[in-house]
Amino acid sequence: MLLYVVPLLSIALALLVGGAVIAAAGANPLRAYSQMILGALGSLHSVAEVLVKSTPLMLAGLGVMLAFRVGFWNIGAEGQLYMGAFGATLVVLQGWSLPGIGFLPTMVVAAVVAGGCWALIPALLKVRLNTNEILTTLLLNYVAILFVEYFLFGPWKDPLTLNFPMTKLFPHDAQLPRFGDTRLHWGFVLAIMLAAGFYLLERTRWGFAITVTGENPRAAAYAGIDVLRTLVIAVVISGGLAGLAGMVEVAGIQLRLVTGISPPNAPYGYTAIIVAWLARRRPLGVILVSILLGVLYVGGEVLQIETKLPTAIVLVVQAMILLFILGGQVLTRYRVALVREESRSVAA
Amino acid sequence: MSLLDLAGPILQAAIRAGTPLLIAAVGEVFAERAGVLNLGVEGMMLVGALAGFLSSFFIPDLTAALIAAMVFGGLAAAIHAYLTVTLRSEQVVSGLAITLLGVGLTSFFGRAVIGQVARGIEIYRVPVLSEIPFLGRVFFQQDALVYVSYLLIPAAWAVLYKTHLGLNIRAVGENPEAADALGVNVAATKYGCVIAGGALAGLAGAYLSLAYTTMWVDQMTAGRGWIALALVVFSGWNPLMVAAGAYLFGGMEALQLRMQAVGTGLSVHFLTMTPYLVTILFLVNASQRRRKSRPPASLGVPYFREERKG
Amino acid sequence: MRKEETPPRSEAGRPGASRIPVISLRGITKRFPGITANQSVDLDILPGDVHSLLGENGAGKTTLMNVLMGIYRPDAGTVAIDGQEVRIRSPRDAIAHGLGMVHQHFRLVANLTVAENVALGMQPSVTAFNARAAARLVEDLGRRYGLDVDPAAYVWQLSVGEQQRVEIVKALSRHARALILDEPTSVLTPQESQALFVTLRRMLEAGHSVIFISHKLDEVLEVSDRISVMRHGRMIGTIDTAQTNQHELARMMIGRDLPPVEFERSPDFGRPLLDVEGLSVPGDRGVLAVRNVSFSVRAGECLGFAGVAGNGQEELADALYGLRRPTAGRIRVGGADLTGAPPRRFIDAGVSYVPADRSGVGSVGALSVAQNLILKSFRDRRFGASLFLDARAVADHARALIEEYAIQAGGPEDQIRTLSGGNLQKAILGREMSFSPDVLVVVSPTRGLDVGATSFVRRTLHAHKVRGAAIVLISEDLEELFDLSDRLAVLFRGEVMGTFPARDADVRRLGLMMAGVRQERLPHDAAVDQ
Repeated sequence: MLLYVVPLLSIALALLVGGAVIAAAGANPLRAYSQMILGALGSLHSVAEVLVKSTPLMLAGLGVMLAFRVGFWNIGAEGQLYMGAFGATLVVLQGWSLPGIGFLPTMVVAAVVAGGCWALIPALLKVRLNTNEILTTLLLNYVAILFVEYFLFGPWKDPLTLNFPMTKLFPHDAQLPRFGDTRLHWGFVLAIMLAAGFYLLERTRWGFAITVTGENPRAAAYAGIDVLRTLVIAVVISGGLAGLAGMVEVAGIQLRLVTGISPPNAPYGYTAIIVAWLARRRPLGVILVSILLGVLYVGGEVLQIETKLPTAIVLVVQAMILLFILGGQVLTRYRVALVREESRSVAA
Repeated sequence: MSLLDLAGPILQAAIRAGTPLLIAAVGEVFAERAGVLNLGVEGMMLVGALAGFLSSFFIPDLTAALIAAMVFGGLAAAIHAYLTVTLRSEQVVSGLAITLLGVGLTSFFGRAVIGQVARGIEIYRVPVLSEIPFLGRVFFQQDALVYVSYLLIPAAWAVLYKTHLGLNIRAVGENPEAADALGVNVAATKYGCVIAGGALAGLAGAYLSLAYTTMWVDQMTAGRGWIALALVVFSGWNPLMVAAGAYLFGGMEALQLRMQAVGTGLSVHFLTMTPYLVTILFLVNASQRRRKSRPPASLGVPYFREERKG
Repeated sequence: MRKEETPPRSEAGRPGASRIPVISLRGITKRFPGITANQSVDLDILPGDVHSLLGENGAGKTTLMNVLMGIYRPDAGTVAIDGQEVRIRSPRDAIAHGLGMVHQHFRLVANLTVAENVALGMQPSVTAFNARAAARLVEDLGRRYGLDVDPAAYVWQLSVGEQQRVEIVKALSRHARALILDEPTSVLTPQESQALFVTLRRMLEAGHSVIFISHKLDEVLEVSDRISVMRHGRMIGTIDTAQTNQHELARMMIGRDLPPVEFERSPDFGRPLLDVEGLSVPGDRGVLAVRNVSFSVRAGECLGFAGVAGNGQEELADALYGLRRPTAGRIRVGGADLTGAPPRRFIDAGVSYVPADRSGVGSVGALSVAQNLILKSFRDRRFGASLFLDARAVADHARALIEEYAIQAGGPEDQIRTLSGGNLQKAILGREMSFSPDVLVVVSPTRGLDVGATSFVRRTLHAHKVRGAAIVLISEDLEELFDLSDRLAVLFRGEVMGTFPARDADVRRLGLMMAGVRQERLPHDAAVDQ
């Protein structure tokens, strides 16, 4: 019961603080929130838009969750996402003579490989040279974004778009099919399927090895698990999932590589960390939290259009949710202790 | 002689570029020495940068603006201290949340002042010292905050290694149980160090918006908070080494900016990338020296007196 | 049973009862989630006494003292010092009331010097730290009480015995009138223990009182004036040492007679199963923790390693299981060279390992009992033929082991961290024995366990020895080594000081070897006094 009370209460309190921030900017928080909710859930189109925003969050969130499970602080989903987008775009722009139907699968593979390789760097630095992954994954985000921008401002810039840093539009074969006249694309289905796959993963031997490694690497080594290999593989997959998030953004939404495929005011790669943390160990949690934050994203955009309030409010509310949940976990912990005591005294 | 003429301005700029890293990293040294990892440095710097910038319009005294930056940086750190020391939450996640909050809040409230120019902290030539050939220009034709940061280095070192307070801090970060058993107030020590670290991060941020530039730019710290965190590791948690690392970095940034300005044919994007890549190399190097410079033993571990062991 | 019904306060009339107790605890109750560690405990400590607090592991002795020291807040009860009721909210209060404690797990900052450790928390924090004054203080106290330590040395450089002396100096430097020592001899050689007792006598002469926590009957009888016995969190009674004996104390401590432990030693062993030659193993700080160690263990034989903690025991054990890579030497298991191989290959070769750190290495606290029981065999086909683990097979396996090893757990799905120390060890033992290992490496298998669990563990180990396993037993408990081993070796600074048949063992000779005297240099007349 309390397991749900804490997150819900945290969200409510975060919205309260967000309201105070909105009020401080001179707007009416109640009006702002109702605009947000209406804007995000008011029509089928807007709901589709919510799912559009939640798609990269789910993919990158699953990736970050996998890394957390194996005990690796992957704060680099943002960079891995950009590298994934880069890999997918590379497939399109190299103009290999692919049969039409081969484009999307190749782009998926390229994105996973690119994101995975980007995550491989900090993973190897950790297991080989014992370098702290929190800072290396984070610093590589800046590098990845600059790397992509180099191509957008240089070799890949479409001359027809004047001076905007973007590639030319992807051919139709390299675009993810959409549902009806919404922007919702097949990437969403892919994300749901991968989340379901996580439930299967938990029941495999490899999933068990990951859990043991993440919970207690010394015990894992003692159990004969190859800790370093398990960790590196899990982290590479983690990066691959984040890379996939980048691929679905370029192939499903932007239909080209541009700067800011992840909103600079609330980057998907960082929000994915919040998603993974709030979802704890449950893939279903990743889906639900992503959709919830998707509402916040769409609401924030609507708010900016209608009231000129900066979309940064999205990030403020996200950060507040995280802070309140962290604080609220004390309650859960206390509760667990109580429950244990009760069960013992019954047994005694 | 011509080489010196070229090096002078670059080294002068190196000190300026290194100063915010130095101030923020010294602050984080204190937090981590007390056993608290605060990944909120980037966010606290941003909060300080905006707080300083905004208050410089309302209060004529720039000292007051700097104090405002420190107060707000300290407040952000206090949230982290409450969550991690009192509620014993996960330090990594709490710190990240502080950074995200800082980015979000400053982006939200900073929007209104984008494009405005603040009255910056002016260059002050130290009498006599600034006349020393070459070195005078590099070290003593700077703004007041740079001079403050010069004093900060030995002061931080002396507090840490030559006072009972420093002994308490180091003991709390290494083995809080041992410190507690001797009557050292573990929670107060941690709170003090984290909040002081936040105040210094806030000051470092204000340096960016009131001295290094005189503008507010969204996310103007551009990862300097993370570089400061890496410098702490590189320094082996020693303020003197922090200074060395910060100026090395400042030098690199100054050189890189100079190369961008001069136009060397190298891509701006790759030049901008270098500080981040070099930071990673620093981290790798530090991890190879682990035997000599270990992190404080209880870094990241919450302390609870009544915890039962075994 | 007589003493159990006698509350301590009704012992008026015995000498000393007229003295006002230095410390007087009344009705102390302390609960932790799931367990009541102290149940209305009363205790009086008289000035100038060595007062022993006797009880099994887990009886609540340390908890009671932690309450007194302000580390735990009691749920009920009062504390009086010199007859005055006081409130002790923190260690700082306890120090102010003249109390000092040497914890079983020392509370020292490894990366600080001895002088810094002693000076910690002494002065207002704004003042400058005077290293020279702190060093002088350490030297003065050392001279007065016979506690020799180098004030400039870093704590991590010190032996365990030296670290204990630093802890005592710390307490004395704060003018502790009453000093609590928690299982102080468990980390010392027999000779060091005697030296500690000399220090205690000096402290008594200087007017201090001492509380001596132990679960060893003989040493309690040797050092104390009065003895209080605790069991299952309750105070059973307090008696004068002069009026009691081992038999009575044992009955008070465990409620029945001590189980007789006499394992038969078989005279003939099988073929060698574990051969170690010239083994050197690095420690965590880069220097060699094990130097040039050679031995061989045969089927049905138990080789015991004695030594003071920190002399390379854990590194040796890790190396024998592939968890630490040796820098030199050979390890052969059943003839196969496994030098440098990972744990997986040692497991496959039939090596089982019961590590000293049960929760940090031997189990994964957040996982269930069932998952912990397949920790090493989860790849086995009996737990699922495909990629997936067969949950039912895993649970059945767990239920079988829980029953066979009488593990008290709510069920196979309970987190293993909810188990008591004894049951956790039974679970680990059950898992390791389920492989019917050829070679068994066991480190401190009964540390912290109560009498019942201890005897269960020892019987299990013995049974597997009889079955034909080669056992390497590393322990700091000499009694355990004598009981189970066929041969004994002594480790000192990573080197073997000597190896000899266990039946020839002599505590004094053993103690000298534990202090670094090689077997061949031992005086022929072993009866050397300290």
